[in-house]
Amino acid sequence: MKGLSPLLITAIVLVAGFAACAVQFPNIASTRVIGNLLTDNAFLGIVATGMTFVIISGGIDLSVGSVIGFTTVFVALAIERWGVPPLVAFVAILVLSAAFGAAMGAIIHVFDLPPFIVTLAGMFLARGASFLLSTESVPVTAPIYSTVSDFALRMPGGGRLSAIAIIMLAIVIGGALLLHLTRFGANVYALGGNRATASLMGVAVGKMTVKIYMLSSLFAGIAGIVFSFYTSAGYSLSAVGVELDSIAAVVIGGTLLTGGQGSVIGTFLGVLIQGMIQTYINFDGTLSSWWTKIATGILLFAFIALQQGLVALARRPVAKRVGAAP
Amino acid sequence: MENSLDPAPSLLEVRGISKSFAAVRALQEVDFTLRAGEIHALLGENGAGKSTLIKVITGVFPRDAGLVRLGGEEVAPRSAKAALEAGIATVYQEVNLLPNLSVAQNLFLDRQPMRFGIVREGEMRRRAKVLLADFGLDIDVAAPLGNYSVAIQHVTAIARAVDLSARVLILDEPTASLDRHEVEILFGIMRQLAKRGIGIVFVSHFLDQVYEISDRITVLRNGRLVGERETASLPRLELIRMMLGRELAETTGARTATSDRLPREVCASFQNYGKAGYVAPFNLELRHGEVVGLAGLLGSGRTETARLVFGAERADGGQAMVAGASIRLQSPRDGVRHGFGYCPEERKTDGIVAELTVRENIVLALQAKRGLHRPLSRREQDEIAKRYVKMLDIRPPDPERPVGLLSGGNQQKALLARWLATSPRLLVLDEPTRGIDVGAHAEIIRLIRELCDDGLALLVISSELDEIVTYSDRVIVLRDRTHVEELSGEAIDVTNILGAIAADGAAMQEARA
Repeated sequence: MKGLSPLLITAIVLVAGFAACAVQFPNIASTRVIGNLLTDNAFLGIVATGMTFVIISGGIDLSVGSVIGFTTVFVALAIERWGVPPLVAFVAILVLSAAFGAAMGAIIHVFDLPPFIVTLAGMFLARGASFLLSTESVPVTAPIYSTVSDFALRMPGGGRLSAIAIIMLAIVIGGALLLHLTRFGANVYALGGNRATASLMGVAVGKMTVKIYMLSSLFAGIAGIVFSFYTSAGYSLSAVGVELDSIAAVVIGGTLLTGGQGSVIGTFLGVLIQGMIQTYINFDGTLSSWWTKIATGILLFAFIALQQGLVALARRPVAKRVGAAP
Repeated sequence: MENSLDPAPSLLEVRGISKSFAAVRALQEVDFTLRAGEIHALLGENGAGKSTLIKVITGVFPRDAGLVRLGGEEVAPRSAKAALEAGIATVYQEVNLLPNLSVAQNLFLDRQPMRFGIVREGEMRRRAKVLLADFGLDIDVAAPLGNYSVAIQHVTAIARAVDLSARVLILDEPTASLDRHEVEILFGIMRQLAKRGIGIVFVSHFLDQVYEISDRITVLRNGRLVGERETASLPRLELIRMMLGRELAETTGARTATSDRLPREVCASFQNYGKAGYVAPFNLELRHGEVVGLAGLLGSGRTETARLVFGAERADGGQAMVAGASIRLQSPRDGVRHGFGYCPEERKTDGIVAELTVRENIVLALQAKRGLHRPLSRREQDEIAKRYVKMLDIRPPDPERPVGLLSGGNQQKALLARWLATSPRLLVLDEPTRGIDVGAHAEIIRLIRELCDDGLALLVISSELDEIVTYSDRVIVLRDRTHVEELSGEAIDVTNILGAIAADGAAMQEARA
């Protein structure tokens, strides 16, 4: 409902881009490639869903990449070195990361600090902590990891929908329902519209801030577990810069960086667009993988310019009416 | 009107409210009574204490003394939210809703109809439709609020407030950004709400609208209650007198300006000077050794005139002359170069730099005038600061004290000293006595006379008519952004000024509408 037209444009870009890729490499249009695309970007989709909430509420969370990194190391060490059952390790890390996010949200609200700074500090903290645990890559050999890797739903056409892709899709759908259908979701938009006004209208701004950052960190924790399934290892340098990839996905998905507008579905499309570019480059084979970043950069710029244009268009009639003041 | 006839019970009683900000007493023992079902206008000039009173009632500011009773029970909300829960809702000029949310979400934020943790969007829209229909609105409630006009946003804000079971509705300048037709719609809604027994406080500086809609009027001035009257029996002239008032007579004595002095040398003159939509073109001559007062209601174009004269605003027509030669006056820098000085009305935001010391504040303008490559030595600064602290009797006489710690009157003096240090030929003072206590008040007025006797040309704006009468050699009266009258000599008295301000205001308003 909200931000429909940017969402529509994102969808058009995705479909047109995919069609263009398919023209050049007909093999791309197969469930096999799509299945891989979802699997490869599962962690990004999960973390970007959390980031969508944060950005719509007018904030930013730079710590998610580090939280993913910390999670992979923690999970690997807990299972391999400390002998903790995998499920217990998962629950522990989710509790830990949720608490971490809640703490950042509380600091942002109580001390009235910019989220940028607080989550930047959180980013260094989590990354530093993961180095403290281990500086080397820790392989995970627990049976649950091979079980999860082997599990997949067969799609028509020979594609495989892996377990982590299913987790991601579930998170995206759950996130979309939470954002668009609940009071919590409405309050997220309210916060992004104007904090002070939202507070005057009865929104418990402090609680909401804590919950939103808690959600983002929790999703980063889930993304970290998914990432460790994906790589079957824990490494303190994993997921460096993922916070930026996820912000890019959110913005390309039509969410206003200033808050107040956006959607989880748009973010999902943004993730798919990034994955699509990557797939194209893989198929081409001659291009450096860094072209993904360049293409993402160009797209990002185009979308921000587009949004500014749309916002300016939306504001114009209002500006005309004001000024007739006394 | 019929409400003022029957003895309606008082709904909101405010008794003996006082509120100070640092040394400034914003409200002193103010009483205010709102009856159920009446529309009650709260009037006063800038700084009279209207917004402070509203913010104290709604708990935005804590109060120093006094009590608020709502329906006979004492209430002490700690926040706007608490006030809302108690039944006091405020709708400000800038609509406090969320333009990015749908109209329906705005109406029901944080209290949406729910089922199994899911917002019942359809039910919410249906209720929103029904609610707005009560207010004569039939709009798409699923569209973002920001898509609609300010008038509709206002009505939505009022609808939300009323639906939150408000018993008292405070409307702060609700009509300022509405056109005539939208004002009619709003007034219709206000009358309807009043009939339902809701008490409405209407703050506005449009007197015609006040007479059109209100049953009763309460006037504040300088943080004190001037009086409460029934609108029907209060002549416009009397109302303006209440707003601009006379209370300084006893402290400043009789009129001291002497107009029988020889005609003075012209300092600066303005011909056909003006700016479209800002101030109508005016002719103004400012002479050395003369005080020209600018009188008029809030929004009549006083400050606008001052800003044009100083160069803070660019004129789009006419010419300015200094010493017989035409000058370019396009920025405050130009003004300073020609020896003009300007003490603005908003001392705190536009004038003093609270963190700097008295000395640093005083030398600021002089240093700016000299340019950065000719710094004033510390010795020179000390000398200048000491001289003005003594001359203007700034207390405490410590040039190294941060200005923010001084009282309002002394801050005003420091600001005056800043401009005097640049040896100006013309000084523009916008409300120099605003927000300072009575003793300092008289002193500032004495200073104005002294400066004038020293040959300075002064242009002074004040809402205090007695004050203007006391020191002015000539008085320019403004109305609706036009210079309508110039009084000089014996003609300067409060009655004449009031007459000029009030004169056929209603007729003019009608002619414009």
